[in-house]
Amino acid sequence: MARLLLALLLAGGTAWADDSPNPDALRRLVHQDCGSCHGLTLKGGLGPDIRPQSLLHYDAEILAEVILDGIPGTAMPPWRPLITTAEAEWIANYLLQSETQ
Amino acid sequence: MTRVANSLILGFVASLFISAAQAEPTATGDLGLVIERATGSLLLIDQSERASLARIEGLGDLSHASLVYSPDERFAYVFGRDGGLTKVDIVTRTIANRVIQAGNSIGGAISDDGRLVAVSNYEPGGVRIFDADTLEMVADIPTGSKTIGLVDAPGSRFVFTMWDTGETWIADMSGAEPAITKIPDMGENPYDALITGDGRTYITGLFGEDGMTALDLWEDDPQPIRVLPDYGRGQEDLPVYKMPHLEGWALAGREFVLPAVGQHEVLWVDADDLSETGRTQTYGQPVFAMARPDGREVWVNFAHPLNDTIQVLDTVSKEIVHEFKPGPAVLHMEFTPRGHEVWISVRDAGKIMIYDTQTYEKVGEIDAESPSGIFFTARAHKTGL
Repeated sequence: MARLLLALLLAGGTAWADDSPNPDALRRLVHQDCGSCHGLTLKGGLGPDIRPQSLLHYDAEILAEVILDGIPGTAMPPWRPLITTAEAEWIANYLLQSETQ
Repeated sequence: MTRVANSLILGFVASLFISAAQAEPTATGDLGLVIERATGSLLLIDQSERASLARIEGLGDLSHASLVYSPDERFAYVFGRDGGLTKVDIVTRTIANRVIQAGNSIGGAISDDGRLVAVSNYEPGGVRIFDADTLEMVADIPTGSKTIGLVDAPGSRFVFTMWDTGETWIADMSGAEPAITKIPDMGENPYDALITGDGRTYITGLFGEDGMTALDLWEDDPQPIRVLPDYGRGQEDLPVYKMPHLEGWALAGREFVLPAVGQHEVLWVDADDLSETGRTQTYGQPVFAMARPDGREVWVNFAHPLNDTIQVLDTVSKEIVHEFKPGPAVLHMEFTPRGHEVWISVRDAGKIMIYDTQTYEKVGEIDAESPSGIFFTARAHKTGL
């Protein structure tokens, strides 16, 4: 775990020093790493389109759960090993805002 | 003659020299292109000079983009995520032609004769085939599925596989109309595929079940061959934060080296009978496992969040002989054609880093904007690249 944490910090990952999510790091995570499957612009790839118009019928709470626990039986992995609940909630709200475009 | 006239004549002579220099033919054999994913640009690089020569802009969304070269190593066909197919002239360093051929694409291939360029699409799912000269569409092959693992095969054929339906199709383009052979039951959720350099063996990686599936393209009626059916069995799959790439296939001596999915290991497979010959535990989930061209070493990079590291495996002992951290977000590696150097894109450092493969010493670096794929023109002469 120490090695994982170190790797995250080296990679300019999430801020572990305090509890508040680091928006720059999380925006980067969404576009670069969620983007591996959902596309850099989030319009979909192997994974579905996750732009706001596609997610509008989901609550932020549900999205945060999907981010943390993944969807078993699909390619969506659980991100709980890598991010906190507060960070998942931040990402869920971020995805629902049109700012992502 | 006045001094003014003298200097005019000198200036004229000098300008003649400059235009003569510019008119020198450009040799492209040691050039390459780097995808700059965030800015929609390409960096033209020179292998011998270890330098960048020019930036070519205006290629749209290049996240997860790739490219292939024309047989004369003059043109690159760039496959953008946004469905853009761009033909780039690396001699004039300009865009020669560009079409938006679909909504969401994932890679392409060029036929063995250089006549046709095929693009694999997620939306609408299928493959579209274009005239390499004009970029006019010559065939539209809807598959009803996200389409992955598109490669060229000898005999003007393209081979590709469906993520949703688990079929592989072979499109033979040697006649007036495409002749399609469909092979069902390749497995659940194939995520990528490779073809061996001799064009004989096509292997798909499976996300939805254990193992991989191969086809022997030398057979008249190729049937799915299960490979490594036990890999992953009895082990809990780890989360997959990035699908491995199989395109940088590695034939090292008499074995293939394949990145595992959901496991922190690479798998060794006998190239003749496709049986497992070993596994090597690695630092993270491998993304690329690339053989140095001589086959003596395999270089491996890893998925987020362990993507700052490269491990080098000796193919005789199958052991890790070197490990280093080039920097944040190592996305791709490309060997020089005879393997004396490897060029590595380090996205979040904004650098291409160049290493000597004998000493492992860094011998140079080049600035680039969020670099991802690196493609040397020598790929023009290789099946499957």
